Amino acid sequence: MTLRETSGAIVGPRTDLAQHEGGGPGSVIGPPLSTPRRRPRRSGWNARLEIALLVGPALVMFLGFVIFPVVMAAYYGFFRWQGYGPPTDFVGLQNYVTILTDPTFLEAVGNNAFIVVASIVLQGPVAVLLALLLGRRMRGQSIIRVLIFVPYVIAEVVVGTGFGLMLQTNGALNDLLESIGLGALTNDWIANPDIAIWTLMAILTWKYVGFAVILFLAGLQGVPEELYEAAALDGAGYWQTHWRITLPLLAPTLRIWAFLSIIGALQLFDLVYIIWGQYVASTAGTSTMATYMVANGRNAGNYGYGNAVAVVIFLISLVVALIYQRFVLRRDTAGAITEGKKSR
Amino acid sequence: MTAIATTDLGPEFSAAPRRRARRQREPLPWGNPIVYFVALIVIALMLAPVLYIVVGGFRSNSQITVDPAGWPAPWKVENYLAVLSSPQFWQQVLNSLIAASATTAGAVALGLMAAYVIARYSFRGRGVLYALFAAGLMFPITVAITPLYIVIRDLGLMNSLAGVILPQIAFALPTTIIILVPFLRTIPDEIQEASFIDGCGRLGFFWRMVLPLSIPGVITVGILAFIGSWNSYLLPLFVLNNEATFTLPLGVQAFSSQYSVDTAKVLAFTSLSMLPALVFFSLFERRIVGGLTGAVKG
Repeated sequence: MTLRETSGAIVGPRTDLAQHEGGGPGSVIGPPLSTPRRRPRRSGWNARLEIALLVGPALVMFLGFVIFPVVMAAYYGFFRWQGYGPPTDFVGLQNYVTILTDPTFLEAVGNNAFIVVASIVLQGPVAVLLALLLGRRMRGQSIIRVLIFVPYVIAEVVVGTGFGLMLQTNGALNDLLESIGLGALTNDWIANPDIAIWTLMAILTWKYVGFAVILFLAGLQGVPEELYEAAALDGAGYWQTHWRITLPLLAPTLRIWAFLSIIGALQLFDLVYIIWGQYVASTAGTSTMATYMVANGRNAGNYGYGNAVAVVIFLISLVVALIYQRFVLRRDTAGAITEGKKSR
Repeated sequence: MTAIATTDLGPEFSAAPRRRARRQREPLPWGNPIVYFVALIVIALMLAPVLYIVVGGFRSNSQITVDPAGWPAPWKVENYLAVLSSPQFWQQVLNSLIAASATTAGAVALGLMAAYVIARYSFRGRGVLYALFAAGLMFPITVAITPLYIVIRDLGLMNSLAGVILPQIAFALPTTIIILVPFLRTIPDEIQEASFIDGCGRLGFFWRMVLPLSIPGVITVGILAFIGSWNSYLLPLFVLNNEATFTLPLGVQAFSSQYSVDTAKVLAFTSLSMLPALVFFSLFERRIVGGLTGAVKG
């Protein structure tokens, strides 16, 4: 019941809009179309008007707040500009030269690359194993799934603040280690440059592994029961079954998860910025391209430079995404065959 | 994608939901004890930091200093009461609530309209339109933030919630549309034809049939937009500099630097700020999980 009520509340404004449009131009209710949809050329002016009215607002918002700023970043990136008045001090590629020769930035790129790889290596296997374990039907499965997903829902700020306090030198983790006799393991988890990036990886794994598990569980539901029955008849063992049946059929889900994970890791900002602050991050070896951008762009009042960094981040993400799609996701055309089987 | 669509539209749409409905009526069998044991360990790891924050708020600073990992002895509610009685906190809750509700309403309204066109109209450029919105997934807010900040400033929206809401709607559109398009496609053509025969135009069809039928999908994208907005940090950090307009994430950070010596209070503030998102999530957990599944499979 609550579901319906809340959804009604969400839909509310929407319905008003529809009504409003319905009362607008007189031609909105088109002629009763007996032609099936998906036949081009039949759409007359009425249909075009409808299309414009329905897509227009979304398109304007999207172009104005997503595409336009990205394009402007490319433009501002060629200027030395403090952010006031129109940019006039054209410096050509100077910003880009500075960025690409700045050892701090290159170190950040290295950190991002490490985070990309380590996220997949750490979270992937753990999440697959957990999904296999929790994929069976058993009592309490939904509560287990919810609880594993909890960290994903908590705000980065909350996670950062909580872990920041817990991992201080005199924080709860070190205290816990002392009290169970592992005092030798205590460390300065945040500031020690040898450890800090692993601390970050642990927090990232904690926060995002639940997301991977949920995705994989969904992917597992698509594996047909009959295959397992057939494998059991043929005498396949537990690991053999999963290695030969589950993993290959889970591969499309795995590849898309990896893609999301890579893009997320390349853009990582919130957690690092909150836990390490803009200054400590570089000395602790956890700075990322995005924290570099904010520290050297906005915080330094150097907007032309910040925009140029944004462009570099975008290009790096784009190239990685394109390479990934070209060489990894392309195989999902093969996956489409299994998708077809699944839905049958 | 079929996952969310079919489960919610009811048995006449496919065979899958029937099986699922039956599954829910019978009590599930108990699983292997080892599975429960592993699940217990994982859940303990997942919840320990959350528990640390929540329980820590019930301790005093001296307790925390003496024994950082200890249990409250005695339990103190002063920290929570102090936060709950501060107008600052409620102002930030209100701001977060306004931003998240408006973002959700805007993203759902605009996204549903656009998704409807992409899913059910045929016209030249439809593929391009879909690809354009899908490409939006490639532009996380991190990349656009610096120029976006300038756009917002030029529009005179600095220090106003509208300056957070409008970009958030725009950035929520790709996910919304990508989840809703396959969903709207699964509405059978027969329903559309029947309503056309009954003299319904396409907009009438949208208004009378598509809206009611798409409510499950709308809930999914709505929740994603709401939680995304509730937790968002980078955009408010750039746009909102005035403490009166702070949303909760900014408030948490400001509070934790302002009261950096008062750890217990910071923990209380932090745990209260994550409560709404957690409640919201636990109410709609099935939808969120279903929506993510759909997003990936689609």
